[in-house]
Amino acid sequence: MSPSRLKLMCVRIMTSAVVGLSTLPAYAEGDKPDSVKIGITTFMSGSASVFGMPAKAAAELYIEELNAAGGIDGVKVDPVYVDEGVGGDRLLSEYRRVVQEQGAKVMIASISSGNCNTLAPVAEDLKIVNILWDCGTEKALEGHSYKYVFRTQANAVTEMVASVLYLLKVNPDFKTIAVVNQDYAWGRDSWEIFSAVLKQLKPDVKVVAELFPKFGASDFSAEVSRLQVLRPDVVLTTSWGGDLDTFVRQASQRGLLKTSKFFLALGETSLERLGNTLPDGVLIGARGDHYFLNPQYAKDARHQAFVAKYHERTGTYPIYSVYHMVQALDGMKAAYLKAIQANGGKWPNEEQLADAFKGLEFRGLTSQIRIRPEDGQGLESQLFGITTSSPDYKFKVLKDIVIVPADKITTPPGEKSPEWVKTVTPALLDQVQPVSALQ
Amino acid sequence: MSRDIFILAMLDGMSYAGLLFLVALGLTFIFGVVRILNVAHGSLYAFGGYGAASLGLWLGQGSESAVASVLLLVTGAIAVGIVLGTVLMLLLRQFQDRDPILQLLVTFGAFMIFEDLQRMIWGTQPYFVADVVNQMGTSELLGVVYMNYQLLFVPGAALAVYFLLKWFLNSTLMGRQIIAVTHDREVATALGINARRIAYLTFVVGAVLGALGGALASPTTSLVPGIGADMIVLSFAVVASAGLGQITGALITALLIGLSRSFCVYLAPEFEVVMPYLIMVLVLLARPQGLFTVVQARKI
Repeated sequence: MSPSRLKLMCVRIMTSAVVGLSTLPAYAEGDKPDSVKIGITTFMSGSASVFGMPAKAAAELYIEELNAAGGIDGVKVDPVYVDEGVGGDRLLSEYRRVVQEQGAKVMIASISSGNCNTLAPVAEDLKIVNILWDCGTEKALEGHSYKYVFRTQANAVTEMVASVLYLLKVNPDFKTIAVVNQDYAWGRDSWEIFSAVLKQLKPDVKVVAELFPKFGASDFSAEVSRLQVLRPDVVLTTSWGGDLDTFVRQASQRGLLKTSKFFLALGETSLERLGNTLPDGVLIGARGDHYFLNPQYAKDARHQAFVAKYHERTGTYPIYSVYHMVQALDGMKAAYLKAIQANGGKWPNEEQLADAFKGLEFRGLTSQIRIRPEDGQGLESQLFGITTSSPDYKFKVLKDIVIVPADKITTPPGEKSPEWVKTVTPALLDQVQPVSALQ
Repeated sequence: MSRDIFILAMLDGMSYAGLLFLVALGLTFIFGVVRILNVAHGSLYAFGGYGAASLGLWLGQGSESAVASVLLLVTGAIAVGIVLGTVLMLLLRQFQDRDPILQLLVTFGAFMIFEDLQRMIWGTQPYFVADVVNQMGTSELLGVVYMNYQLLFVPGAALAVYFLLKWFLNSTLMGRQIIAVTHDREVATALGINARRIAYLTFVVGAVLGALGGALASPTTSLVPGIGADMIVLSFAVVASAGLGQITGALITALLIGLSRSFCVYLAPEFEVVMPYLIMVLVLLARPQGLFTVVQARKI
């Protein structure tokens, strides 16, 4: 090769390298970038899109307002949305693509517990901060010592222990219970925790039926008939979405809600859709302390403004997945600000950002959240209420709202939930008192 | 098992079997004549449900008449069946006489497109209109309250469709032409039957039946994204167990699956989900051609 050709080739290689590198969103450590890319996984297809699409709308609203107000310390947030409905394998490759090719600095994933279990070790491997924003499984964090994975809400143990405490508070004398849950991980796991805690706190309760209809079932005739024959004092369901709506409608049309006390642990998401199908007196859970009519935040300007804007944009009132999304984004913002402060005012790298999450305390739209430094688990209070009619809404709203605080009903760091729930004693009923939201 | 539980399980199973039969009937009818396994049949079920619910919301609000509500359901199903059936048929004509696997993939592609279209039109939130159920009232039997719509109307409608179809196929000229094309398309064409027109008609009738299943399900269930996929899988189980193209077989198999499912809820709830597929596997192990397929002469 002649020297001139060699020189020309070197120039070409260097030019290509410069052009190539300039397209990457790289910046020297500590330099503030123009924008920070974040990946958000949510269900945009499939039955779980009843949670995913409202949450996506909330993220869009939140990020628009955040960027309009200057972003995080002047850095705009640039979201990339990934559909969880594509299935585990494709989600995993999309997740890697968003991190490795698009340069995302934070991942907010996911709704599905299965996806959380899959993605958490990948995030750790990629050294990217991952916020578990909506999935319930306690197994995502338990038994692991992740450095980059955090949860900005409660897990299934907190939710189910709170549910048992609430049920025993409002309905202490029931003798029989039946469960109708979806036949998949959440339906089975949530009942396992609930029944184990119930057995500890009220051993004389008899479980008369454990029914797990197919996920996405369109017909509950046989289940409703069987429950009408058994007449349990309480019917519990942790189902959600179309399954919950269908079950409640078929049960209501056949009068089952008049003979048994219904407890819908995730019922807050269906209130608006079910309209007046739902009678008064049904016990409702909310997966967190979120509810658009939560009396604690009736005068909170930010909460009220968000509810109004969300309703204006989507035509519906926010449900828990909306609050969880905002909570994750608020947690991310709070962690960035904490990390910037710890870094002497400079923009943090991924490791510094991850450090900031440990012990982080921040507020979403409702109460204060604390992320435990030991295991990255968020502590989030739980809200429950009873359905009642309201002249202001075409659907049932909640009355007698109570809040169950999270700290004593979450598995302690380092312990395993299946063992811990067996150590719960009736003394917990005195230690953790659900408090009225009006207080 | 007590007598009461036996009766209750039978009643619960029949309503479910009725819906399952209608959808499976459309699927097996189309296969019998056109020889295409139509995966997009699930979309017909979903669109039938959404179409009927939309029509009910649009025209049926405030109406007290159960007859008017039923008419809206049927009208919605017919409209959806004709439109989507025609679209699918026009699409499949481009792949006529090609490899059956390719035709299957085309219907699968159409199913995916229809799923997205459904989400674009009706969104992701569960959707329902339950007026007709309330208008028909309830009945009490052995201390259990049943909705008349599920207890009487749905199984009755499924039986009516079955007998109507049997009569149509056996007693009308058009029906006999369909049977002729089913037996041998080439000979039927040689005898002067317009096989192309018959195929179109069959496809539309099958599509209307799929949509009717969705329309009749819509007052009792919640329409959500993915509802079509669930139904098509179950319908395949019915059709495969009965034997492709078997109308009476589809009725009996749908009843078998519906009843076994409801008996499971009373006796062994943990088997409820797996029961339809267990039946299918057992049937196919014993009779790979399906329960009701008759022996056919092999063409040389």
